[in-house]
Amino acid sequence: MKNLPDLLEAGLTTLQIAVLSMVIGIVIGLALALIRMHMRGPAKWFASTWVELARNTPALFQLFFFGFGLGAIGVHLTPYTIVLAALSFNCAGYLAENFRGGFQAIPDTQLRAARSLGMTGWQAYSRIIIPQVFRIVYHPLTNQMVWAVLMSSLGMLVGFRELSGETQALASRTYRIFEYFAVTAVIYYAIVKFILGASRLLAARLFKY
Amino acid sequence: MEPTISFFSGLQISDLWYLMEAAWRTVLISALSITIGTVLGVVFGWILYEGRWAAALTLGPLLDVFRSVPLIIQLVLFYNFAPIIGLNLDPFFSGVVILGIYCASLVANVARGGMEAVSRPMRRAARSLGMSYWQDLRYIVLPIGGRAVFPSWVGVALGVMKDSALVSVLGYIELLKASQILITRTQEPLLILTIAGAFYFALSYPISRYAASIEKRWTS
Repeated sequence: MKNLPDLLEAGLTTLQIAVLSMVIGIVIGLALALIRMHMRGPAKWFASTWVELARNTPALFQLFFFGFGLGAIGVHLTPYTIVLAALSFNCAGYLAENFRGGFQAIPDTQLRAARSLGMTGWQAYSRIIIPQVFRIVYHPLTNQMVWAVLMSSLGMLVGFRELSGETQALASRTYRIFEYFAVTAVIYYAIVKFILGASRLLAARLFKY
Repeated sequence: MEPTISFFSGLQISDLWYLMEAAWRTVLISALSITIGTVLGVVFGWILYEGRWAAALTLGPLLDVFRSVPLIIQLVLFYNFAPIIGLNLDPFFSGVVILGIYCASLVANVARGGMEAVSRPMRRAARSLGMSYWQDLRYIVLPIGGRAVFPSWVGVALGVMKDSALVSVLGYIELLKASQILITRTQEPLLILTIAGAFYFALSYPISRYAASIEKRWTS
């Protein structure tokens, strides 16, 4: 097991790509949710299509689409970009639905009150509405983060060397498939537990009042 | 003069039929594992609900493992583990086993949530009316708790249906694997992937819409 450092390093890659895709997913998801709620015409159609496609097709299909599908029309991405794009696409779709639920849970009167205090629409959203929405969707956000880590394991199928990909590479070099994947399973479990624990600590700090 | 041998050929009508067949296999493996997973999951959920600390110490963490390790790793592990203990499983069977357990670990939480959604006084009332414990479960908890968690159960089931695409890693030819095979032959990834995606969408979207409408009807 002298390859353990390699695996742990690959675990960091997994964590990194999951965090990155979550950040992108949150930004796009927020935008999609707002577009779906407030706009009409092509913008709304586009946002709805994005959300429904992300939610109703397998993540692996989305990954293949970004990998092989775009490759066919001449857009060649590196494995890293493929995984990042597919994960962000998926996360944005799921998060948009969460955010929509969060927005709907906040009464309209809050927005009107903020506006009548002289805030601009932007101020009202960024200072009053969105912080509250984040509190409501905090738990789903944590779950989505875990899903992002688990989904990034699909990267192994497009040749990306994150935790699973690295494991597969090592396993096929040594023919110790079961052993390597068992270790990897433990690492994934540790990562997920770490995320859940960290999010609980963060919640205790953020939402103490 | 004979043209040089062509390895690639265009998409034909028969290929569409091939995809249909593969889609049917996706439905088959999903339906089987969702059924197994739901039955197991409800039993697990009941154990978690009734078993208190004993279950919380044993079954809870065990199910947690299945939820915290990527499905693809579970599949590869199980597929390579089975021969070690002397079982020779085909990809379909391995897929059903792992998908079933995975589904059960998710359904267990849903089922427990459903049982918790039925208030204690209501259950005590049922027992005071002379119902046995099982009658209470069957006629009180199942209809009320089941209704409360039906939408999340549909979500889990659809998730398992989509995750069944991962069984392709073991070589089971379901929808996504079939599209991969066709892509290798026809070299038209965009078109074929679009068709495969449309199949998945057609399977998943109506059900999720239906569940959403039921949820709306039941909550109002």
